[in-house]
Amino acid sequence: MKLTPVLSANWNQADSFTLDAYRRNGGYIASAKAFAMDPDAVIALIKESGLRGRGGAGFPTGMKWSFIPQGDGKPHYLVVNADESEPGTCKDMPLLLANPHVLIEGMIIASYAIRSNHAFIYVRGEVVHVVRRLQQAVADAYVAGLLGTNIDGKGFDLDLVVHAGAGAYICGEETALLDSLEGFRGQPRLRPPFPAIAGLYACPTVVNNVESIASVPAIINRGAEWFGSMGTEKSKGFTLYSLSGHVKRPGQYEAPLGITLRELLELTGGIREGHTLKFWTPGGSSTPLLTAEHLDIPLDYEGVAGAGSMLGTKALQIFDETTCVVRAVLRWTEFYKHESCGKCTPCREGTYWLVQILRDLESGQGSAADLEKLLDICENIFGRAFCALGDGATSPIVSSIKYFRSEYIAHLDAGQCPFDPVASTLFAGVNA
Amino acid sequence: MSLKETTSSQMDEIIARYPRSRSAIMPLLHLVQSAEGYVTPEGIELVAEKLDLTTAEVSAVATFYTQYKRRPVGDYHVGVCTNTLCAVMGGDAIFSGLKVHLGIGNDETIADGTVSLEHIECNAACDYAPVVMVNWEFYDNQTVESAKALVDSLQAGNPPAPSRGPNKLPTWKENSAVLAGINDGHANEGVQAGTASLAGLEIATRQESGEQL
Repeated sequence: MKLTPVLSANWNQADSFTLDAYRRNGGYIASAKAFAMDPDAVIALIKESGLRGRGGAGFPTGMKWSFIPQGDGKPHYLVVNADESEPGTCKDMPLLLANPHVLIEGMIIASYAIRSNHAFIYVRGEVVHVVRRLQQAVADAYVAGLLGTNIDGKGFDLDLVVHAGAGAYICGEETALLDSLEGFRGQPRLRPPFPAIAGLYACPTVVNNVESIASVPAIINRGAEWFGSMGTEKSKGFTLYSLSGHVKRPGQYEAPLGITLRELLELTGGIREGHTLKFWTPGGSSTPLLTAEHLDIPLDYEGVAGAGSMLGTKALQIFDETTCVVRAVLRWTEFYKHESCGKCTPCREGTYWLVQILRDLESGQGSAADLEKLLDICENIFGRAFCALGDGATSPIVSSIKYFRSEYIAHLDAGQCPFDPVASTLFAGVNA
Repeated sequence: MSLKETTSSQMDEIIARYPRSRSAIMPLLHLVQSAEGYVTPEGIELVAEKLDLTTAEVSAVATFYTQYKRRPVGDYHVGVCTNTLCAVMGGDAIFSGLKVHLGIGNDETIADGTVSLEHIECNAACDYAPVVMVNWEFYDNQTVESAKALVDSLQAGNPPAPSRGPNKLPTWKENSAVLAGINDGHANEGVQAGTASLAGLEIATRQESGEQL
C-alpha cells in the first residue's frame, strides 16, 4: 500500500513551520475559498467528506459542527484539543512543531463554519517548543490579517488564544479540558448536556482534535471526493499512524485508513533485528492489546473494533518477545492511578487497588486468585466511571489476561519476574 | 521588587486575552513560576487578588496539575519518561542511573540547586524513545551514558541544545514564562522535524519515484 503524505507532505522543508513556507506550499487558499462559501455549505462539505475525529472516538467532524445551534444569540467557541497525552500517542506534537499554520487555517475555517469568534488551542504544557511554534504562528497570522477583525475584508472576526496546560492527562477528556480552560481543576462533566449545547462558559462549543482540524484545509482545497478516494467505506481519508517501540524505523506514517500493521511493518523494515512481535496497542494504552494474530486487521474504526479493540489515536506501540507484559501493564496502570482525577469512586479507588495487586503479581508475590480479582475490579470500573479514563484503565489489564494469562502464572511459579529488563532496552548489549 | 511589582502588568495582559478572567489562572500560575521558580504562597495570594478568587480556590487549582511545583526545582528540571514504552526501551535504566549519579530521588534537587529530577509520564515523543525532557525541551533517543553526560553538562552550566528545540536550552524560569503565554522569540530556532517524524515522508518519496520497497 502507498503512503499518502498530506499533513506531513512538507515536513522535510527546513522552514516548514513559517508562514512564508506554508503560503509557498499553498497555505491559506482554503480559508479564502471557505469565506466565499456559506458557512452551512462548509459544514455540509466536511460532513460529505466523511472526516471522523482523529483524537480517538472517531465521531464525524461535520456532524459535530452541525450540532451547534445557530441564531441562538450566544457566543460560540472552538476549542482544539492539543493535550496529546495518551501513552504511545505522538502525532499532534510533531505536526504542530513542523506545521502550526495548517492547524490555524483549519481553525479559521471551522470557526467560520460554526460562527465562532473566539477559538482556543489547549496544548499540553510539557512541550515548550511546540507552544513557542504555536505562539509565533498565531502572532504572524495576526500580523498578516489572517486572524483578528474583518479577516480578508469579509467581515468575519476571530481571536485565537494558545493556552498551555500544566500536566494532567485527564484534560485530554473534552469536558475536563473545558473545566480546565475555565480555570478549574480539570475534572470531567456529566453529559448531557454535551459541549455542543453547553460547553465553554456554558455556551455552544466544538472540541476537536488537532489532526481532525488540520485535515480540513486539504478537504476544502481538494474536495470531499478526493478525501473519500482514500480509506475505507466508513473510515475515509488519510491519517497519521505513529509507530514506536521495538521496530527498525519508529516514526510518523501517513497512510489511508485501513492499512494493516503487517503492511506498515513491511514498508518500514519490521520488528528490530532478530526479534518477533509479541503484543501491540492499536491506538494508545487505553485501547486493548492485540497480538501477532491481528497483523492483518484493517486499521480503521470498524476493523480494530471488530478485533475487540479500538483505533484510538493510531499509536502503534510495538513490543517484542523480550518484553514482560505484566511489567508493561503494571506501568500503564500506575499511570492511570496517577492521572485519575479523583472525581468518581470506581476510577479513584479502583485504579489504586489495581496497582497494588499488579505490583504483587509482577514481583511474583501474588496468587492465581488475584487474576480473578483484577478482572472483577475491572468489571466494576468499566462503564461505571465518570469518563473514559476508567474504561481505558481496564483495557490493558483485561486484554493482557486474555492473551497472556500463562505469563502472569509464570511470575507466580518463579516467585519473581522471569524477564531480563535489559534485553528489551534500545541499548541492549551496547552499554547498559 | 515584589512579585506584584514585577508581574502585575503582565498578569493584566494575560487576563485580557480571555473572555472570562478566571480562565487566566493557569497562565498566571506559570507566570508565578517564571518569577519565583515555583508556586509560592505570595504567588497564590497575588493570583487570587488578580482574579477576585479566594486563595483556597487558587490553591485547589495549583495542586491539581503536576507542572506547578510547591517547592523550588533546579534551574534545569530533568524529566525521565518512565511510562511503559520509554521504560521498556531504557527509561527505567536511565532514571535509576540518574538517581545514583546525582545522589537524589524522585522529585528532589541536588544541593547546589542546578538540577532536579522527576520521572514523568508519556511526553508524546514515543518514536524517539527513550526520551528525557529538560525544562520541557526534548532530548531524544537517550541512553544511560548520554543522560549522565547531559546532567553533568547541566551542572556545569553548558548544556547542549535540545534535539528539537531552541538553540540554547532555557532555564526553568525562562520556559515557565513561555508557558504563561509570553513569546520569547525563539520559535524559529531548531529543526522543523526530527528523523523519526520524517520516516513516512521519506518512504513515500521513494514510492513516488517508483522504487520497489
